[in-house]
Amino acid sequence: MADLKSKGEIPEVLFWVGCAGSFDDRAKKITRSFVKLLRSAKVSFAVLGAEESCSGDPAKRAGNDFLFQMQALSNIETMNSYEFKKIVTACPHCFNTIKNEYPSLGGKYMVMHHTQFLKTLLDEGRLTIDGGQFRGKKITFHDPCYLGRANGIYEAPRDLIKKLDAELVEMKSCKQNGLCCGAGGAQMFKESEPGNKEINIERTEQALQVEPDIIAASCPFCNTMMADGIKSKGKTEVEVSDIAEIIAREKKL
Amino acid sequence: MKFIPNFLFGFILFFGIYFFVRNIKKLKRNIRLGVETKTEGSIKQRWLNVLLIALGQKKMFNKPISAFIHFIVYIGFIVINIEVLEIIIDGIFGTHRFFSPLGRIYGVLIGTFEILALLVFISVIIFWLRRNMLRIKRFMSNEMVGWPKKDANLILYFEIVLMGLFIIMNATDVEFQEMNSGNLVSSYVAPLFDGLPKNIIERVAWWLHIIGILIFLNYLFYSKHLHIILAFPNTYYGSLRPKGYLENPANVTNEVKLMINPNAHLDERGDLSTKFGANDVFDLNRIQLLNAYTCTECGRCTSECPANITGKRLSPRKIMMDTRDRMEDIGKNIDINGGVFKPDGKQLLGDYITSEEIWACTSCNACVQSCPLSINPMSIILEMRRYLVMEESSAPSELNNMMSNIENNGAPWPYNQMDRLNWNNK
Repeated sequence: MADLKSKGEIPEVLFWVGCAGSFDDRAKKITRSFVKLLRSAKVSFAVLGAEESCSGDPAKRAGNDFLFQMQALSNIETMNSYEFKKIVTACPHCFNTIKNEYPSLGGKYMVMHHTQFLKTLLDEGRLTIDGGQFRGKKITFHDPCYLGRANGIYEAPRDLIKKLDAELVEMKSCKQNGLCCGAGGAQMFKESEPGNKEINIERTEQALQVEPDIIAASCPFCNTMMADGIKSKGKTEVEVSDIAEIIAREKKL
Repeated sequence: MKFIPNFLFGFILFFGIYFFVRNIKKLKRNIRLGVETKTEGSIKQRWLNVLLIALGQKKMFNKPISAFIHFIVYIGFIVINIEVLEIIIDGIFGTHRFFSPLGRIYGVLIGTFEILALLVFISVIIFWLRRNMLRIKRFMSNEMVGWPKKDANLILYFEIVLMGLFIIMNATDVEFQEMNSGNLVSSYVAPLFDGLPKNIIERVAWWLHIIGILIFLNYLFYSKHLHIILAFPNTYYGSLRPKGYLENPANVTNEVKLMINPNAHLDERGDLSTKFGANDVFDLNRIQLLNAYTCTECGRCTSECPANITGKRLSPRKIMMDTRDRMEDIGKNIDINGGVFKPDGKQLLGDYITSEEIWACTSCNACVQSCPLSINPMSIILEMRRYLVMEESSAPSELNNMMSNIENNGAPWPYNQMDRLNWNNK
């Protein structure tokens, strides 16, 4: 971002990578896939790099609004010093918090989730998905809580999957009734309370009921939870991938 | 002597309404224990929500079978209450079936009431069977043992008895049966009373019916059945924001501003002397307390909660029930102590709700989505997390690690912020 600013360029997109997309080995692959898609659609974009810091979502959901607001204010200060048209992120948690909770702290931006943005690129004809490689494959989509229920986005990711010519199968609980993967509300970072099952196992069982070839995710945390679930069920033939990765593969990027 | 029944009726009616108003005042006082909060967003949208969610029961229809039966009871309840108007007029003025001179129209009206009464009667029996015979999971949870279960059944018995009395009262009314207009159901019941003193039975049924209604009206305050009134304000005050939005407490914002700049201009809403988060009902806002009184303990939230489904102790319904219990205990305390609350050494968090429940939430909003009445249990859970973390620093240790990572290196994991671009060097 700083480089572009020094050149006087204003990118269309500020790609908010997020902590998972920056540091988690699995999520870094999602980041790379999404960047390939942005490049192939000739989208001018920039990242904050080392200037980016945690959006504060896990702190806020854990009850620490101090830490959240400190994070938010410093991120807002950074972002307000640059010019860009919109923020796009592959993490629904960052998406939700920047879109809904930053405005009252002085950070008013146009924020999109990467599935929404890819759908826009598709509608504008900047991105094409021919379909073919995934023909006859069964894909089920796991709704991330912070994309679906939290922000009412159910169709953009599904529209992208449908474009692949694959068979989109819905789990027992989907869309408004989608079952959480178990990572939200800062649960990702702690052991769960005593119970009789892990939430990601319950959700993985729901997914396996529809016998998919691929479980499509659109959140790095859901991705981890579902992949762990698949592993512990011993069903490693079922793939868990982010929609950006699936499309990048379809396009042989 | 002639006017004794009129006086008696007036007396009963007066006290029925007097106690009801007194209860409503107490309810209002208890809700006002909470923090005042501003409603934002379009008033038009709010009324639309009242129309669709409360009046139209839109969200009930996610479970079509129980929604359908519930709808019959609801329509029956509203329509049959028109009859109460006639009962009150008859009671006060000593008339008998004041509206009967309407002739055919009267027949149509009473006929409708009778059909509805029969449908309500059948529906309530189905509800009773569902609740007590079918082992439906959401009716079997721990928090439904004891009073909550008794309360639910009592409501059903009240409705069966009231509908029964209404039909009996019509069936034993000889004049009304002779009119033979509108006695669609009662004409089949009437022969059962042949040879018995019908005029006495009719009077007894008539009195018991109106007394039953007044008792039921006053029972509401002690029951989950309050939703028949509070559904309307509750859906009006329900949040219009995306469900993912969680407000930024103004007192925290002020603290943070002061940390950055000691001369910062502060938001007057964020009183720095107030607690962060909530450990008792005094710290919750009034909408949250209204939520607690509105909850009808149907358990749709709990049956959708991922933590509850996987055997954790958290149940969003219990959060609402505990909040109401605490509020009512404080209300009783105030009544006993002449209008002021005498600290009882208890708190909502700890004595009613445990921190184990609070930490099991994934903040997925499934409970909020599933509530047919716009109740938000999650907001109370997160308010208590705020208290646990910002007042007591008692988060689970893994979360403390996560937070100190964010504080020190801007990520929930211990990585160096300078390495954020490393995804790029594959």
